[in-house]
Amino acid sequence: MTVAAQNDLGGRPEPRSGTSAAAGTVAVLAPWYERVPGAYWIVGFLLLIMPLLASDFTLFQIFGWTFILGMIALSLMLLAGYGGMVSLVQMTVATLAGYMIAIFGTSAITGISLGWPWWITIPLALIIAMIFGTAVGALAVRTEGIYTIMITLAIASAFFYFTRQNYVIFNGFSGFNGVLPPKLFGVDWRSAKAFYYLTLFWAAVSYFVVLYISRAPFGLALQGVRDNPRRMAALGFNVFAHRVAAYAFAALIAGIAGILLTWQSAQVSPGTGGIGPVIDILVITVIGGTRRPVGPFIGAFIYVILKTFAIDILISMGLSGDRFQLLIGISFLLIVFFSPDGILGLWDRWNENRRRDPLTGQAVVREGGET
Amino acid sequence: MTAFIDRHPVWSFVIFILVAVLIWMVFAIWPDWLTGLIGRKKIFLNAIFNGVTLGGLYFLVASGFTLIFGLMRNVNLAHGSLYLLGGYIGYIVANYTGYWLIAFPVAFIVVGAFGILLQVFVFRKMEGEDLRQTLVTIGISIVMADLMLWIWGGDFYNINPPSWLSGPIDTFFVTGIKRSTGEFIFMTYPIVRVVILAASIVIGVAMWLLLNRTQIGMLIRAGVDDRDMLSATGARIQLVFVGVFAFGAGLAGMAGVVGGTFQSIAPGEDIRFLLASLVVVIVGGMGSITGAALGAVIIGLAEQIGSVYFPTYAVVLTFLIMVVVLAFRPQGLMGRAG
Repeated sequence: MTVAAQNDLGGRPEPRSGTSAAAGTVAVLAPWYERVPGAYWIVGFLLLIMPLLASDFTLFQIFGWTFILGMIALSLMLLAGYGGMVSLVQMTVATLAGYMIAIFGTSAITGISLGWPWWITIPLALIIAMIFGTAVGALAVRTEGIYTIMITLAIASAFFYFTRQNYVIFNGFSGFNGVLPPKLFGVDWRSAKAFYYLTLFWAAVSYFVVLYISRAPFGLALQGVRDNPRRMAALGFNVFAHRVAAYAFAALIAGIAGILLTWQSAQVSPGTGGIGPVIDILVITVIGGTRRPVGPFIGAFIYVILKTFAIDILISMGLSGDRFQLLIGISFLLIVFFSPDGILGLWDRWNENRRRDPLTGQAVVREGGET
Repeated sequence: MTAFIDRHPVWSFVIFILVAVLIWMVFAIWPDWLTGLIGRKKIFLNAIFNGVTLGGLYFLVASGFTLIFGLMRNVNLAHGSLYLLGGYIGYIVANYTGYWLIAFPVAFIVVGAFGILLQVFVFRKMEGEDLRQTLVTIGISIVMADLMLWIWGGDFYNINPPSWLSGPIDTFFVTGIKRSTGEFIFMTYPIVRVVILAASIVIGVAMWLLLNRTQIGMLIRAGVDDRDMLSATGARIQLVFVGVFAFGAGLAGMAGVVGGTFQSIAPGEDIRFLLASLVVVIVGGMGSITGAALGAVIIGLAEQIGSVYFPTYAVVLTFLIMVVVLAFRPQGLMGRAG
């Protein structure tokens, strides 16, 4: 994907310092609220008033879960889409952050949990998750392409087995339960509406930060490294450092999502980061598409909807309800077969066809603006 | 061998000492202080034997995996599912016909045919797109795992070896001396495991001969080194691809029968053996049969010795080995750089 294709995300021209012409462009730019495409306003407004429309179950279980899984998948999308590194370790990083919250904070396992206040535990959990993610990244970037998948898969399963066997720190098979968010500002953050806004806030923050990074010098360099590492190295970029930094940043997003995930289910156990969930994150990212940061959220929404209503769908098709994996697997296969760049790719191609002039067959110049 | 000694004299010395100590520990009668230190010799010998035989099983699974990867750059993450499928088919055949030996060729042929279907109808459609192929194999493994769970349920299946293979065999390894009479006590070991280990060694040697001494092997090795150049010279590379994929898949299927006899067949075993072959291949080096053999024995030994001497972290030990190998030799022990 070229840099030009990136620009149609928000339709925001990039101000370039140094030339007087660019300085002039900046001066005549429309106010920021007019430069934000209409779709952002509509989606943003809908998401903000959602608590008025939807039931508590939908808010907490469907939207909350979508945002959380979307964030973890977003961290993978950052690595895979911009960095070209398919890492299966993101769910593990999220689980580790959840564990840290449970171990340093409060949980029902009082023998292990230290009960420190939230303003220590949350930063500490995020820092540890980032250190872990960076270390894995430093190991994984020694390899390339499909090797990265194998190594991160192996590390993820090592973590799974380790937490299952370790009773001193990770409390073994059963993990931790009763991990609740702090009652900050007197709000019960596990109530449906509060949790909805909490996850929405963090999902939006990570979405816009990833969007920003994709156009910032770091993100552009990362995409350059993805397309041609040797040329970037020749240009004087530190390829290794860019890749590891991407891992570190992705670990931060995954860590935040992991804490939210732990609060949502109020528990964390080895199964949270088991092989199944690890693969699921990859499935979500691929189904959504790795071209743009919105893809993972679309994928997560489809996954959550399928997972929640699969029983009804399957029973209506005359199958027993526990064939959910089959449904997910087949939809994953279909997507990979027919649209390797996910739902987003389908959407883009449909858009392009629609804008094609029916007579000449030439594509009309895109004005940008759709999400 | 001599080149390695010349280049790494210190490492060679360390390896030599370790091997010497190991051989002494296997053959000598242990003095009391050693028994006091790490327990009885019988336990140690059993762990070593179990490790080596488990390594044989891992080798059967991983050699197909590494061959497919080396030639086609296709990380077949459905390899564990092929193993499990072979196990179920072997169980059905062995139960139906009553002949354990028939299960092997049937599992080999059926799973190999399935591999041919996969190669022709799936992977050929997306040749050269490594990542997409890998993603497809993930999808296939999810679907296959659920289909097999649907058909065979969550039960454990055991394939019973025939009577002439059940029971223990006396080996010539001394585990101790009888206090009363001063006779040697010899170790006994399940005969079926010994036979299976021998079979996997035979298969390994046969594969090595096939790869290094025949025309087809030459084609395959050339393909591993440079796929494009091989097809440019006029070799019918698609036939080689199909053949290797079928062979690798068939080996996984046969390994499933072995695994069903050794241990048991159940949902979840597919992931276990996929991970095992991943680690074996990463440690041994991608695309190398000798590497797969070395890696399989190392991982099998680490798993068994680990589960005897520090049971809590036995699984972690294998991954630790992998991380150490990756950190110091990213291409694997036998892999070639580049």
